[in-house]
Amino acid sequence: MKFIKTLFVSIFICASSSGAVAAATEIHWWHAFTGRLGALLAEQVDQFNASQSEYVVVSANKGNYSETLNAGIVAFRAKEHPHILMVFEVGTATMMAAKGAVKPVYEVMEQSGADFDPDGYLAPVKGYYTTPAGKMLSLPYNSSTPVLYVNVDALKSAGIDPKADLSTWNKVEDALDRLKASGHKCPLTTAWQSWVHLENFSAYHDVPFATKENGFRALDTELTFNGDAQIAHISAMGRWAKEGKFIYAGRRNEGSANFRAGECAFATESSAGYAGIKKEANFEFDIRPLPYWPSVSGAPRNTIIGGASLWVLSGHSPREYRGVGEFLSFLSTSDIQAKWHQNTGYLPITLDAYEQTVAEGFYKKNPGTDIAIIQMTEKTPTSNSKGLRLGNFDQIRGLIDEELESVWAGEKSARAALDSAVKRGNALLRRFESANK
Amino acid sequence: MQRQVVFNARFLPYLLLAPQLVVTCVFFFYPAAQALYQSAFVADPFGLKSSFVGFANFKFLFLDPYYLASFQTTLVFSGLVTLFAMSLALWLALLADRLIHGDNAYRTLLIWPYAVAPAVAGVTWMFMFRPGVGALSWYLEQAGYQWNYVLNGGQAMALVAAASAWKQVSYNFLFFLAGLQAIPKSLLEAAAIDGAGFWRRFATIVFPLLSPTTFFLLVVNVIYAFFDTFGVIHTITSGGPQQATTTLVYKVYADGFVGQDIGSSAAQSVVLLFLVGALTVVQFRYIEKKVHY
Repeated sequence: MKFIKTLFVSIFICASSSGAVAAATEIHWWHAFTGRLGALLAEQVDQFNASQSEYVVVSANKGNYSETLNAGIVAFRAKEHPHILMVFEVGTATMMAAKGAVKPVYEVMEQSGADFDPDGYLAPVKGYYTTPAGKMLSLPYNSSTPVLYVNVDALKSAGIDPKADLSTWNKVEDALDRLKASGHKCPLTTAWQSWVHLENFSAYHDVPFATKENGFRALDTELTFNGDAQIAHISAMGRWAKEGKFIYAGRRNEGSANFRAGECAFATESSAGYAGIKKEANFEFDIRPLPYWPSVSGAPRNTIIGGASLWVLSGHSPREYRGVGEFLSFLSTSDIQAKWHQNTGYLPITLDAYEQTVAEGFYKKNPGTDIAIIQMTEKTPTSNSKGLRLGNFDQIRGLIDEELESVWAGEKSARAALDSAVKRGNALLRRFESANK
Repeated sequence: MQRQVVFNARFLPYLLLAPQLVVTCVFFFYPAAQALYQSAFVADPFGLKSSFVGFANFKFLFLDPYYLASFQTTLVFSGLVTLFAMSLALWLALLADRLIHGDNAYRTLLIWPYAVAPAVAGVTWMFMFRPGVGALSWYLEQAGYQWNYVLNGGQAMALVAAASAWKQVSYNFLFFLAGLQAIPKSLLEAAAIDGAGFWRRFATIVFPLLSPTTFFLLVVNVIYAFFDTFGVIHTITSGGPQQATTTLVYKVYADGFVGQDIGSSAAQSVVLLFLVGALTVVQFRYIEKKVHY
């Protein structure tokens, strides 16, 4: 037994001594970005570190979104957590429920005295991350919204006018019919099916995704995405899948890869897919607003966001929080935001950044890049289109994926699949509620 | 006539055992005990609040038809992997055993896949078979076969099972080959002189004499299929389509690491612990009786 004790003691000494050195003025930021996004993020950090000498921001990649959240949670349990953690929008309810683990951003900013204007953020972006009273809990960082990408060459070879109006699903359906008739193998595909075709679909058509204002009001929310509008849409997609007009490629953004390769004529995908499509597509493409069904009276409303925000974790010193405040204030400046928006296709999340981008003539030079922002901000969000705040939502998305796959495979009707998804999802919501009472 | 070496020192045997015991305690008993403990709680992810719920996590699991379905998935998957991996390895070992020239080169090539990490194996197979991207899926399409494992559960299962089995064939091949080479040549020659053909010799001499190896590999392969195939499943199908390839282990990951539901994930680990324990007991009690050492 002594062996074990020595082992533990030595591990403990190693762990605690390395933690002690890191204290002082370092601000740790764990994020989920690699590749080009990771490089752009590192550039922001370097710029901040060079701009002052009191604090040093140290950024570290912890894998994909789910892995980063998990790393933060595990580190919190071991009291080795960073100051700032990047959490995807799906994890928002999890973070909000973890009251003792999180230091709300409004509090950090008040105490640090750093320059910060929460009202500078676009309402639909901010709304996702604020309390019902409008206080900002986490800092929006990267936000995107789904749009329709069009392969102009494919339309031309099917004899469709590439300038044709594609604002509604009825019109898109006509185009799909003609593409199919001309022998096209993949008229329509999608990335992130639940996010685009249920979550955003519901907001865009002003129908509830869940009760209690999509979970914003209370934990005892229940899913309601098995309404008539959603069933009609998923039925139509199921029919297109059966007729070979909609080709399902996978749960994440596999569909986007097929579009970039020039195989598919239409793709519904995040506005942040822009950078990749622009880089890889060797065909002419166009960006259009997400289509809607005019038969649904509330449509089109506004779409909602995906992406991530920065959460400040509790348990650090006031001095460190001042540094966090300075850094977050730096991140929200319009130069940083405008550059991020233009380089990535993520939304400009502050009004200043948007105006700066307009003034620089970016949208003129890159037509279609302002579609996402217009689609999100043109109308005031309703309680159905403010966003979603649901616990265990990563898992709920997983089971929605499963049920949608059963529709695309022709095994279940849209109604049966959505009913089942609602029932299974509600069980997970109740489990979340009981863990966070 | 037995010769025994006796250690006089009282502590020396314990000291010699200590490294293995420490490893077993720290990496096996301690986590297993933790899983058992956590399976009785529902906790928030950050460990801020946790409430004792007794067996509620298990009740939640066994009332979930999708959890019960993943038992079946696991059985089908393990059966397929074990069958593919062992029969293919035995066949290859039989062929390699009869080689006269170049046997070293063949053996090295056959052992290679074992060095490939499961995730890498998964990605490799995914690239070959991904509809619209993969080379082999292109040939399947040309041959008029409707190949789309992204939506077809049966195809997805076949694909992950084949990829997992492919990785394990090398290991099985090594053991089978060693087993074959340990079979006395004189027995085979005597049988051959008596007029027994290849299949006759295989059925009456080779296979029975290989049975200890086969049994050992059966246990190892089932455990492999249960626990070490996560990387392959994660990279190829992520448990889909629907839940066609969600094995019990994959579900532990999905609920624990994606869903942050530690209580349920722990309960599932405990179920797995008992399941594999029971399976091993069954294998040793009933199948081992048929093994000739």
